[in-house]
Order: sequence, then C-alpha cells, then structure tokens
Amino acid sequence: MKRSSILFALVTLALLSYAFYQGMFVAPTEATMGDVQRIFYYHLPHAWVAFLLFFTNFLASIWYLIRRSERSDALALASAEVGVVFCSVVLVTGPLWARPVWGIWWTWDARLTSTLVLWLIYVSYLVLRRFVTGGQTQVLAAALAIFGFIDVPIVYLSIRYFRTQHPQPVIGGGEGSGLDPRMWIAVLWNLAGFLALAVLLVRLRYSLALAENALEEAHASRALAPQQAEGGPAADPALKLGDKSR
Amino acid sequence: MKFLYLAYAATWTIHVVYLLYLLSRYRHLREERQELEKE
Amino acid sequence: MTVMAVARRSLAKDLRLEWRAKDAVNSMLFFALLVVVIFSFSFDPTAEESRRIAGGLVWVAFLFAAVVALNQTWARELRNQVLDAYRVSPAPAVSLFLAKAVGNFILVGVLELLMTPLFVVFYNLRSVGPVYQLLLIAALGTWALVVNGTFFAAISIRTRSREIMLPLILFPISIPALLAMVDATTMVLTGEASPRFWLQLLAVYDVVFTTVCLALFETVINAE
Repeated sequence: MKRSSILFALVTLALLSYAFYQGMFVAPTEATMGDVQRIFYYHLPHAWVAFLLFFTNFLASIWYLIRRSERSDALALASAEVGVVFCSVVLVTGPLWARPVWGIWWTWDARLTSTLVLWLIYVSYLVLRRFVTGGQTQVLAAALAIFGFIDVPIVYLSIRYFRTQHPQPVIGGGEGSGLDPRMWIAVLWNLAGFLALAVLLVRLRYSLALAENALEEAHASRALAPQQAEGGPAADPALKLGDKSR
Repeated sequence: MKFLYLAYAATWTIHVVYLLYLLSRYRHLREERQELEKE
Repeated sequence: MTVMAVARRSLAKDLRLEWRAKDAVNSMLFFALLVVVIFSFSFDPTAEESRRIAGGLVWVAFLFAAVVALNQTWARELRNQVLDAYRVSPAPAVSLFLAKAVGNFILVGVLELLMTPLFVVFYNLRSVGPVYQLLLIAALGTWALVVNGTFFAAISIRTRSREIMLPLILFPISIPALLAMVDATTMVLTGEASPRFWLQLLAVYDVVFTTVCLALFETVINAE
C-alpha cells in the first residue's frame, strides 16, 4: 500500500476518534432529550456525506455518458455503493434515536422518509448493475443514476408537503430548532471524520472496480489468444499490480 | 442510554462489515490474479 | 419523415396489432379484476372509510396492472429482432419511444376506465369532490408511470430476471408521483382539500421526466 494512503487512513482514524470525543463528552447534554441526542452527531453527518456521495455519482454518471471513461464509471459505482452504506447508517440511527425520545421506531417524517426513498433508489441502481447481461452495464446504470438524482428534489418536496398535510413528530427536531455552538463543533468534527472515511472507502472501492475490470479484460484476452505474450503473463500490461496512475 | 450506545455500535458495525467485504473482494482478486499468472 | 409522423405510424401499428391479438388487454384486465377482489378482503368499510382508503388501493391496483402492460412493451420487438432493424434505419429513436409511451398510456388508460366502475361498485365509492379532478389526476399520474416505465422497460430487457427488474427500478423513482396520485385522489374523494399542489407536482414530474426520457433514450437503445 502506498505511504500516502496509510497516512490518510491514520488521519481519518484520528479525526474520527477526536470527533467521537467531542460528540460524547465535550458537547453539552441536550435539555429535553438528554444524552440520547448525541446520536445526532453520527446521524446528521452521515446524511450529508451520503447526499454528497450520491451527487458525486450523478456527476460521474453524466461524465461517463459524455466521455465513456472507464474511470468515471468506476467512480460512479464506488460513490453509489459507499453512499448506500452511509445512507443505511442514517436509517438505522434515526429509529434508534426516535424510539427512546418519541416512543415510536418510525414516523414517516419528511427527512427520514426522503432518506429511505433515496436509499431505495440507489439500491435499485446497484441491483441493476449486478443484473445487466452483456456489456452495456455502464451506460444503462449511468442513465438510471441520472433519473435517480433528478428525482431527489422532487422526492423531498413531495414528502415534505405530504407531511404538512398529515403532521407527525419530526425526528431530529423541527426545521428551526437551534443548536448550541458547542454542539455545532461536534457536528463539524464528526462531519470531517466521516467525510474522510467516505473518501477512504470510495478510493478503495474505486481501485477495486478498476482492478477487477482489468482482470476481466485479461481473462478475455487470454481466452481469445492463449499463446499471446512471449514473456508470459508477467508481460501482460493489464495485470500490473498497483498500477493506479493512468 | 443504551440506545445511544446501540446507535454508535451499529454505525461502526456497518462500516466494519463493509470494509471486511471490500477486503475479501481484494483477497479474491489477488487469488484470481495469481491463478492467471500460473497459467 | 418527421419525428411525430414516424411516432404516429409506429403507434398506429402497435394499436392495430394489439387490437388483433388483444393479448395484453385481456391479461391485464383479468389481473386487475383479481386485484380488486383480493383487495376487497382487506376491509369492510363504510362509505366514509372507503373514500379514505380507496385512493391508495386504486392506485396500487393500477400500478400493478401498468407493470403487466409495461413488461410486454418491447417483447414483440425482441421476438422479431425489430430493435436491430430500427437501430439501422434512419428513423429517430425518439419516435419509437414516443409511440411506445403513448401506446402504453392508451393501454393503461383503457384499463383504468374499465376498472373504475368495478371499484365504484365493490367499494361503494362516491366522490365528494369534482370528478373532473380525478380524471386530471389519472391522466397526469398515468403518464408519469408510463413514461418512466417505457424507458425502464427498455433498460430491463438487457437484464436477467427482466420482469422483476422493471418494477424494481421503476417504483423507487416513481414514489413522489405515486404519493401525489394517492393523496390527491383521497383529497378529491373525501372533498377535504384541494389537490392543486399535487397536480402541479405531477405536471412538473411529467415534464421533467419526459424530457429526460427523450434526451437519454437514444443513448440507451444504442448501447451495445
């Protein structure tokens, strides 16, 4: 592994540890909800990071359709997958917060429901990628990604309106609820930490995707021309390990 | 406050499981490469 | 030939073929009837209650029937390698899409018209609000389902388990439209509120996604 990657991993770990300390101990206890509210320091950053990742997927998909670059497709796949992971955290921490505070696991409140729909959209994207036969996975997935992301504001608007018609308790406090500045600091540290983690995971997934593509190509060319390279498999450029700079 | 601990634990569980999943795919990739080089 | 002319010819051909075979309509109709009957087991309502629930039930039933129609959108083309011929011809891909989408709209629309009396009878429905609003909701909502459905049907023909892949990718993206359809229908049936916001949302949804479908269809159909 490259030295810069290891360094980045360590920085990430440090950020996350400090953020944990901030969220658990430094930030003041919330007046009405008590210590359970500290879930917020994980819940909110994961939501923001997930959204950022899906936006990345959107841009990468558009870029793929324009340039047909294999790397932008790999980025699209990586950001969607890690985005689903982060989104899952939001969907798990939300109910765990709601239950002790409001006595219910789920309320179909605007933000949590929108997150659920977001999760569904990108899971369907990942499923599509797995089920496509033939070589068109990337184009079809990119098209679906564009549909999905364009839908996001419409999803949010529609669910929010639905909730104004049929009000329910809101997880995470109402829209205008104020936050103590020390709480914001905890939020920001956790945001930094989990953003770094997201970058780490995306880079891992991205390299994996490219490496697996290369391997598949190597298999294919091997099947087509078994006596191909005189130098044997070591001369096959597709198999160069650690060759991430292209 | 067990919900607080549960939430944090769940978060880390999800991330660790995903990391392990990635690592297992990397391992699989390495094995396949070695197999290919043997041929 | 212009885009619209090609689309119209294509649509006419599809409608003619469908009229002769009546495959899709018959199976959809029977399926819809089954859905109505089975849903009726879920509650034994008073007129007041049924107005509250019917919106959701009706649209779920229409949604399932629409999926049956959408799944066979491209089946005929696949069977006879028509898609390849189309790709080679100078006819614009957009025409083909429009023809298919409008064809599906007509098909699903006919289905809704046939199913509605069944619902009215089985659930003792009577609308408090104006009926023309229900028609408007149905028109905008059906187009929302059909336009994306036709597009995703073209995507799902390149997948394994294509019959399940279509609803799988269609439903999440259709959620805002479905929410609008259901809530608006309930609003009109119960007469409790004006569905104006939902109608606007559906209109925006329709415009946005029709544009996206038209813009991307050629890319998707040519992906090889």
